[in-house]
Amino acid sequence: MSKTITDVICPFCGTLCDDLTVITDDEGKKILDVENACAIGAEKFLHSSDHAHRVTRPRKLQEDGSFKEITYEEAIEYTAQMLAKAKKPSMYGWSSTSCEAQSVGHEIAELCGALVDNTAAVCHGTTLVAVQNVGIPSCTLGEVKNRADRIVFWGCNPAHAHPRHMSRYSIFPRGYFTGKGQKQRKIIVVDPRCTDTASLADVHLQVEQGYDYELLQAIRAAVRGQQLTGDIIAGVPKEKVYEAAELLKSGRFGVIFFGMGVTQSLGKDHNIDAAIMLTKDLNDYTKFSIIAMRGHYNVTGSGQVLGWQFGFPYSVDLSRGFARYNPGETGTIEVLKRKEIDAFFVLGSDPGAHFPMQCVKEISQLPSVAIDPHITPTTAICKVHVPVAFVGVEVGGNCYRMDNVPIESRKVVEPPEGMMTDQQFLEAVLKRVKELKAN
Amino acid sequence: MSEYIIKNGKVYDPKTGIKGEVSDVCIKDGKIADKVSNKAKVIDAKGKTVMAGAVEIHAHVAGPKVNEGRNYRPEDKLFTYQPTGKNTRMSGGFSIPTTFKTGYEYARMGFTTVMEAAMPPLYARHVHEEIKDTPIVDEGAFPVFGNNWFVFEYLKNNEMDNVCAYISWLLKTTKGYAVKIVNPGGSEAWGWGENCTTVNDPVPYFDITPAEIVKGLLTANEKMGLPHSIHIHQNNLGNPGNYETTLDTLKIAEGVKPNNKFGREQVLHSTHVQFHSYKGDSWATFESGAKEIADYFNKNKNMTMDLGCVTLDETTTMTADGPFEHHLTSLNHLKWANVDVELETSSGIVPYVYDPNIKVCAIQWCIGLELGLLAKDPMRTFVTTDHPNAGPFTRYPRIYKWLMSNKSRQDMLKGFKNSDKVIAATNLASIDREITMFELAQMTRAGPAKALGLYNIFGGLAPGMDADVVVYDLDEDKVKNPEEIEKAFSAADYVFKSGTMVVEHGEVVSNGNKRTLWVDAKVPENKQVERDVQMKFLKFYSMNLANYEVSNHYVPNPYVIEVDSN
Repeated sequence: MSKTITDVICPFCGTLCDDLTVITDDEGKKILDVENACAIGAEKFLHSSDHAHRVTRPRKLQEDGSFKEITYEEAIEYTAQMLAKAKKPSMYGWSSTSCEAQSVGHEIAELCGALVDNTAAVCHGTTLVAVQNVGIPSCTLGEVKNRADRIVFWGCNPAHAHPRHMSRYSIFPRGYFTGKGQKQRKIIVVDPRCTDTASLADVHLQVEQGYDYELLQAIRAAVRGQQLTGDIIAGVPKEKVYEAAELLKSGRFGVIFFGMGVTQSLGKDHNIDAAIMLTKDLNDYTKFSIIAMRGHYNVTGSGQVLGWQFGFPYSVDLSRGFARYNPGETGTIEVLKRKEIDAFFVLGSDPGAHFPMQCVKEISQLPSVAIDPHITPTTAICKVHVPVAFVGVEVGGNCYRMDNVPIESRKVVEPPEGMMTDQQFLEAVLKRVKELKAN
Repeated sequence: MSEYIIKNGKVYDPKTGIKGEVSDVCIKDGKIADKVSNKAKVIDAKGKTVMAGAVEIHAHVAGPKVNEGRNYRPEDKLFTYQPTGKNTRMSGGFSIPTTFKTGYEYARMGFTTVMEAAMPPLYARHVHEEIKDTPIVDEGAFPVFGNNWFVFEYLKNNEMDNVCAYISWLLKTTKGYAVKIVNPGGSEAWGWGENCTTVNDPVPYFDITPAEIVKGLLTANEKMGLPHSIHIHQNNLGNPGNYETTLDTLKIAEGVKPNNKFGREQVLHSTHVQFHSYKGDSWATFESGAKEIADYFNKNKNMTMDLGCVTLDETTTMTADGPFEHHLTSLNHLKWANVDVELETSSGIVPYVYDPNIKVCAIQWCIGLELGLLAKDPMRTFVTTDHPNAGPFTRYPRIYKWLMSNKSRQDMLKGFKNSDKVIAATNLASIDREITMFELAQMTRAGPAKALGLYNIFGGLAPGMDADVVVYDLDEDKVKNPEEIEKAFSAADYVFKSGTMVVEHGEVVSNGNKRTLWVDAKVPENKQVERDVQMKFLKFYSMNLANYEVSNHYVPNPYVIEVDSN
């Protein structure tokens, strides 16, 4: 016999599909099959169920480079002591965990005067800055499904990074006013590469690497009916720019989806400024929205919780006793480069794999704790590794989709015997930090 | 639980009819009591004002657009931050404060109940997460119904039972409090970049008019006997000449009698009326329509309103009226955020600077106060700023000052750069009414509590009611300078929430035990609506039905008001 759990939320990417079906064994301990998920999402569930290959107890790095198992109590004590003693600790990550856990983490950060930052630092942080510059006309993904007849993918490749995005929301679904699905939609892909997403496009603008800003401004000019000079603009023939502008204007409801190809390439937040202003301009002719293709399943949620608790979406510095925000100064990469922090705590992210080498080296020199169900490049260089239950698989909690819609993830199986969840671990650390700070 | 006796204060309480007489207020077991034992802690309120806790009927304090406002306006935090205190978290922000600051600041001003004015149902979980993180004050949230596809289809087919069943289902699913209507039809039209600016503009595709939407939801609301009436933000907000649209909307309620068991006497609450009381046909000829609105309002007793007073600050406008915010950004060219929500609503955000040197802003300032002074019944007229749209709620004490002191108003009027033009376009210079302390208690306590159907527990000091009590260091008869009014209301001497002292000498001393208010209206089983909900989720929502409901743990301390709408 087996048990079937429906309407399961996938804790992988910002698409946050909530229609998975998970089949477990009778005792609810092992996942046998996952339906409706993409290959990555299914693998996340199935992998978590393979207890034999998981670390189930905290480990401490020894002088010879090996790890020795320690108890959760010892890990809690180490973490609390480290954070309470530090003058300026960094608490980074938060994107692969629930809002409930983030909230507890923020309270610890407030008590310890920490920097709190999420993975927007290496991802859509530039988008958040651009939104602070020029706003953002947007909509929910259901609006895209029901209304959109113009879809732009700029610097993103959902075919690989958000595999079910196109079938659930953007290209294929048949919605209320879009009964013919894909036939009713025109797709524009802007990417220097011929990606699998580009192969679905009606128009593929093969922008020259690093010239997104120029192309965006050229389309803005073309939308306004201004003359463009030069035959080739940002690697794209002029006629094709006019054609794209006309295609955008002629739709009834359009959406621009954009990803790391524009947020982290030359121009950074200025690219997004231009993309948002293009969207705003298009609203003078038709209806247009713009949505960031957020990566981690709850990086959006981290920005939300930070927002209502401190007023800023990332790079929040609490070390002066009040919240400061100045990306470029208070971001995790910057403080690591400047060797400004004296302890490093990471949860729900893998900076060891994604940060500049200079920063990774600095982390390896610091007192550090990594909270992560997996063994990762980060856990390998941190002094203590605390494995926890998988959020969205072994414990529930709230998450925010890329369009800021909150969806509560579900628990489908039990974690390995005796394992803590990240929320439980943080609550224990908070309790201990309060005791230490009281003295 | 501890007992308190607040002695010798000047008590203002419309519920018991005490108009400033010196008397004692007793608190026992979280309720107002007739008497207390001799162990009760004595609070000396001699020469001070004692009132029930204030009730906020309309503010945007929690949810997706409020938080987008916070996140996209880092500048709003400048110079506002308070570090962590003994009983408080660090907190900051001016027009869109953090949730902690929202709770602390309301409590410090003597507010104990707050209603979040617009909750997009799809985002209800977010609203409740923020409410959970807002300390001290009891809160409820109004889900928006005025642009909802279910409502459109049922009303078009004249299926009133289905409208009621759907309202009941959505209130329960989102843990909502009342039926909110924002720019009926217009926010749906915004899905195609259009709007409904009169009550007779048909909604594209759905072929229903704003008037039909309002009438239908009003009828359903009274049929169900909900604690609050429909709460409406009329069409055509913020445009010169819009007072006619407002009157057209109010007329829909003419002759309708309230039906409920909560003591509510209105069938329609018209919100932030200042934004809806404009005459003239352009910004050049812009003038006050407050008199026309107030005259109508005075004659028709089955409606209530809140003012939406402009406070002349830099603030952040945010509303479920998407097309209005697009219009506003084209006027002031400040950053525009917009979110259209599938099947339900739209919304937008734009920062705004109400500059006293700009004629239109000064006229808006006048209109809000005129409405408060020309409306004759303070039990039906409530002070708000439509926080943060016309100004932050932290400016309420300043509005009280303006309402209570003609001198302070006239000084302001004379000080405007375009003083003569402003006076010519408004009636304020000729109004010398001053709101009394008793009337203020009606406008901020008894009135809103009654309109919300909560007058049996909040807004008064009768024995058995919740012990929400405030002491202000102010004596109405000894005010020499209007500034004293603003100062006293900014930081209450004592605030009790359900019998717990939460503020002492203007400082937060406890985070209380906040509750979330929501309405559980029981209707007959309705298979048709159940099926329609399933079908809409299957075909048109981007979320599965099973993941839509706000589960109980997001509302950890609920106060459920049950209504038998069978």
